Amino acid sequence: MSDISELTITALRFGFLLLLWVLIFSIVSTMRRDLVIGRKAAMGTPTAREVRKHPELAPAPPQPVKQQAHQLVVVEGPLKGTTLPLAASPILLGRAQEATLVLEDDYASGRHARLFPQGSRWFIEDLGSTNGTYLADQQLTRALPVELGVPVRIGKTVIELRA
Amino acid sequence: MILAITTPKPRRNVELVLLILALAVGIGASAMVGLNSAAAFDSDFWFQSSLLIVASFAFHMILRFRAKYADPIMLPIVVALNGLGLALIHRMDQPGEDTGNNQLRWTLLAMAVSIAVVWFVKDHRLLRRFTFISLAASAVLLVLPLVPGISAGEVLGASVWIRLGPMTFQPGEIAKITLAIFFAGYLSSNRDLILLAGRKIGPMQLPRFKDLGPMITAWLVSIGILVFQRDLGTSILFFGLFIVIIYVATSRISWVVIGVALILGGGFLASRFFSHVAFRLDSWWNAFTPEVFDRSPGGSGQIVQGLFGMADGGLVGTGLGQGRPDLVPFANSDMIVALIGEELGLIGLFAVVMLYMLLFTRGFRAALGARDAFGKLLACGLSFAIALQCFVVIGGVTRLIPLTGLTTPFLAAGGSSLLANWIIVGLLLMISNTARGPVDTTPVTHAPTEAVQTS
Repeated sequence: MSDISELTITALRFGFLLLLWVLIFSIVSTMRRDLVIGRKAAMGTPTAREVRKHPELAPAPPQPVKQQAHQLVVVEGPLKGTTLPLAASPILLGRAQEATLVLEDDYASGRHARLFPQGSRWFIEDLGSTNGTYLADQQLTRALPVELGVPVRIGKTVIELRA
Repeated sequence: MILAITTPKPRRNVELVLLILALAVGIGASAMVGLNSAAAFDSDFWFQSSLLIVASFAFHMILRFRAKYADPIMLPIVVALNGLGLALIHRMDQPGEDTGNNQLRWTLLAMAVSIAVVWFVKDHRLLRRFTFISLAASAVLLVLPLVPGISAGEVLGASVWIRLGPMTFQPGEIAKITLAIFFAGYLSSNRDLILLAGRKIGPMQLPRFKDLGPMITAWLVSIGILVFQRDLGTSILFFGLFIVIIYVATSRISWVVIGVALILGGGFLASRFFSHVAFRLDSWWNAFTPEVFDRSPGGSGQIVQGLFGMADGGLVGTGLGQGRPDLVPFANSDMIVALIGEELGLIGLFAVVMLYMLLFTRGFRAALGARDAFGKLLACGLSFAIALQCFVVIGGVTRLIPLTGLTTPFLAAGGSSLLANWIIVGLLLMISNTARGPVDTTPVTHAPTEAVQTS
């Protein structure tokens, strides 16, 4: 102890207290970023390199604005151009006469598919048709929601929901 | 409502920088102690420092791999506190005593267990399945010290210890984690029942008696601990934990009113019927009366010597290793805050309190960010447990409230407390990992999902 002067000891004493508070201020300045909520810059947008390293950081594609579908439009097939207003009741698609939209399409089944509203969305369900129903090129295996402008193919007929 | 459009950032490099600063605090404290004592920089110093560094960086690396989005601030805070505690405890070892190295062993064990928690509990939601198992585990843990074969008997007026081979252990410390898991699990499922049912008296909505049941049980358990184990601090901790979790779950002020009334009622009854509680109150209220100061069991000498020490420390302290902790009984466990006040002064003591507060706010930040009710309640409960412990201990040492036997988290000598608090930190890190990370859309169970076939 004799080889260290009193002055050094005192300097180290204050130095240690300073170190403690330097730690605290570094922590607080780190936290400051967390406190800003709702600003995009708060945590930074990932750069292309960061996205490559952590694929989950990629910003989600902007969600299309949810809009209520108000009409059904046939965009392809024998009935091309037909529109049908959508109400709150389900719609039966097929060749059978009792269908809401009678498809004059040789590739469609009698009771082919059903469009029904649930909540604010419309769902399409295949009713066991021979040739199947395709939602955006995917064959339906269960009821799926139909977004606006997504083509639904039944035989040679393609329909879409419009606002 | 404005949604926060923020990209999750791991921020592990920030953690690394803060961790180096925290290690500088812990090892700096050891070095200061070494400078001021005869045995400067002996083998113990290098041994302790290198082990602390290795363990901290191991934890950091595990977080990098396993919990990339975990809170970057918790680990540095806890390492700083633990390092400071190690230095202070080591400094107080009389020749022949080995509390410092014992504390180091417990620190390493606790960090290893905490790493294991981070490694194996990938998702805190899994813990919800163990709601009632946790209740049973808490009951067993609390009863263990009363079982004749493994009980360590009555030590320092409280029988809360069990003997495991050469070591003693305080199972009540682990019970606070299992109880927090139970309360969080129970309330995240039954919240609506407690909220909606009940009759309204004046501005307060009183819950039904049926829903009050667990509350009454918790009160009885805490009173039971008080009666059978004479452990005032732990019963306050458990009861406070329950009140806070239920208040956070229901946001009804009536629970707080009921809870405070029950605490005051229980405290009043306890002070009437138990001499040790009465002594505690007396040595708090009349601490400076000579008769109370000199009273052999339950005197106020400990508190008053601690106060004298802090007064001696003044604003900047006497310097590490230059105080007189030998005058204060239990200076390395119950009274370690008084020692910090003496040797680091008001400035140092406030820094330590500040570190606790920052840790607490990070726990609550994790709770705010958590996306499930269970995680929110668990994070609130666990971080509140640490905060309440600090309040009870620091308040007791500074004579704001009566002194009760709780340990200062991470600082005080005591393996069980260290282990329990490191496990809490592990759990908080995991909750903050899910809270800060990208939204996890995978279901909790990893059962094979069957394709739904409609014919």
